[in-house]
Amino acid sequence: MDYSITKFLWTLLGLFIVTNWGMLMSSTMRRINARVSGRIGIPWYQPWIDLVKLYSLRTQLTHGTMFYIGPVFRLMGGVGMFLFIPMVYGNPIWSNYSFSGDLVLILYFQFFGMLGMALGASEGGQPYSAIGISRGLSQFTTIEVPMTLAVISLAIQYQTLSISEIVAAQQGGITTWTMWTNPFATVAAMLSLLGAFGHSPFNLVKAPNEIPIGPPTEYHGTFLGVLRTNGAILHVAEAALFMNLFFGGAGSWFELIIKTFLIYFWSVFVGTVFPRFRIEQSVRWFLKVPTIIGIIAIILFL
Amino acid sequence: MEKNNIHKFEELDVDKFLAPENEKRSVLAPDGSIVEIDPLKDYFCQDRPEELKPRSGPVEKFLNWARAESLWVLGFGTGCGSIEIPPLVTPRFDMYRYGVQMRPTPRQSNVFIISGYLSVKTLKRAIRSYEQMPSPKYIIALGSCTINGGMYWDSYNTINRLDHYIPVDVYIAGCMPRPEALLAGFAKLKELIKAGKAENANEYARNFDWYKANQKKIIKDWNMPDFNW
Repeated sequence: MDYSITKFLWTLLGLFIVTNWGMLMSSTMRRINARVSGRIGIPWYQPWIDLVKLYSLRTQLTHGTMFYIGPVFRLMGGVGMFLFIPMVYGNPIWSNYSFSGDLVLILYFQFFGMLGMALGASEGGQPYSAIGISRGLSQFTTIEVPMTLAVISLAIQYQTLSISEIVAAQQGGITTWTMWTNPFATVAAMLSLLGAFGHSPFNLVKAPNEIPIGPPTEYHGTFLGVLRTNGAILHVAEAALFMNLFFGGAGSWFELIIKTFLIYFWSVFVGTVFPRFRIEQSVRWFLKVPTIIGIIAIILFL
Repeated sequence: MEKNNIHKFEELDVDKFLAPENEKRSVLAPDGSIVEIDPLKDYFCQDRPEELKPRSGPVEKFLNWARAESLWVLGFGTGCGSIEIPPLVTPRFDMYRYGVQMRPTPRQSNVFIISGYLSVKTLKRAIRSYEQMPSPKYIIALGSCTINGGMYWDSYNTINRLDHYIPVDVYIAGCMPRPEALLAGFAKLKELIKAGKAENANEYARNFDWYKANQKKIIKDWNMPDFNW
């Protein structure tokens, strides 16, 4: 078979693995949360059942074209991130479609889904959606500041914007990981990761019990199913990005699963301890300590 | 005589209960033309609900299994019985074990727990919420107030039989039933769904006129479209 076709099929298989691992990871984290509060929690297979149910609802209604396209944009953001991140280092099959400037493209894809979702959710006409969108966009703008500073620091350190090359530079034992060679950038990025995952101190976009659930308030059935599928992909893709940038990448799927689990667990760990911020607290928080650490990371490598 | 007639607005042409933002108005469009807007017709769906036939055979069986194992409950407490719902999410009863989860919006929920008496004012909200839920949808009626009015049976402001207004799948008797009874009710509802007997959304569509007539008999300030999802 033609190489481009086999490559495409392998990438689809990778997407399948990532989706399922993301769903398993989310149910595991919900179980961990439940254990912290003394409950047993949902069965580990609950996300799949929820998904089947969402796709099987008989009534679907729309509020207009953008309402349809919103979840598709969001899914594009997740799948786009996945497509350009090398999953397993040194394996041409699992390095997906990464190329020399993919880091910039991925930073863009992080924001892309959010913008599409903003357009779609505001067509739903729910006031709570509008509040959630304004919170989400303003918070994500400030999350981007420390994250971009960390990425620039990495670009100066390794003199490249290719994720594959950054991973290649980290091979050769745990001491060559960016975590040790550039600790300030790692700290700034890991703090901004808390906001990107949207767990507890920074979960004011969806803010359950406060603004019902923010942007997806009007979404149901298949729309919500698409959003949930994207959530699973996006979480693994984001964790895989940080694994590649700061923690030496993965030599196999097993290593990827362990590392993404630990990176995701970091945000859940913080989330079970701290209550929710208000939007002005969250925005100020990101612009203080993480931003200063990010600036230090750049100054050190100038 | 007229003073005692609490429903006197019914006889007037003007709807005194209509919210200002729902009044008819004309708006000047950018091209200079004048557009008539009737929010009750433009912003809400006026179509009657339709019967949506289930799929046949093992496919529907599988989907019913998924629907039964993933019950999303609308977080809307209507009477004193809603105090029995919070314990369900705490360690002692933990309904998440059974695939029952709370959802904050009617669009994403399948189960509506009418938890106790329904005052006339709340009935209106309950109907709107029920009609916004996507089909297939189920109703659990909690407490004796929903069966025959319970201790409010001769109250001037509450309804007595819930299933005259919206179709009920499972009744849980008691005043108040404990959370265990509610869990048993969920188990019963799961049985019904898996057996394909929980098709009350279609029942509602089939007897739509009867339900609407009953609802309008009670709700005097009917200032919403007849079918508003």
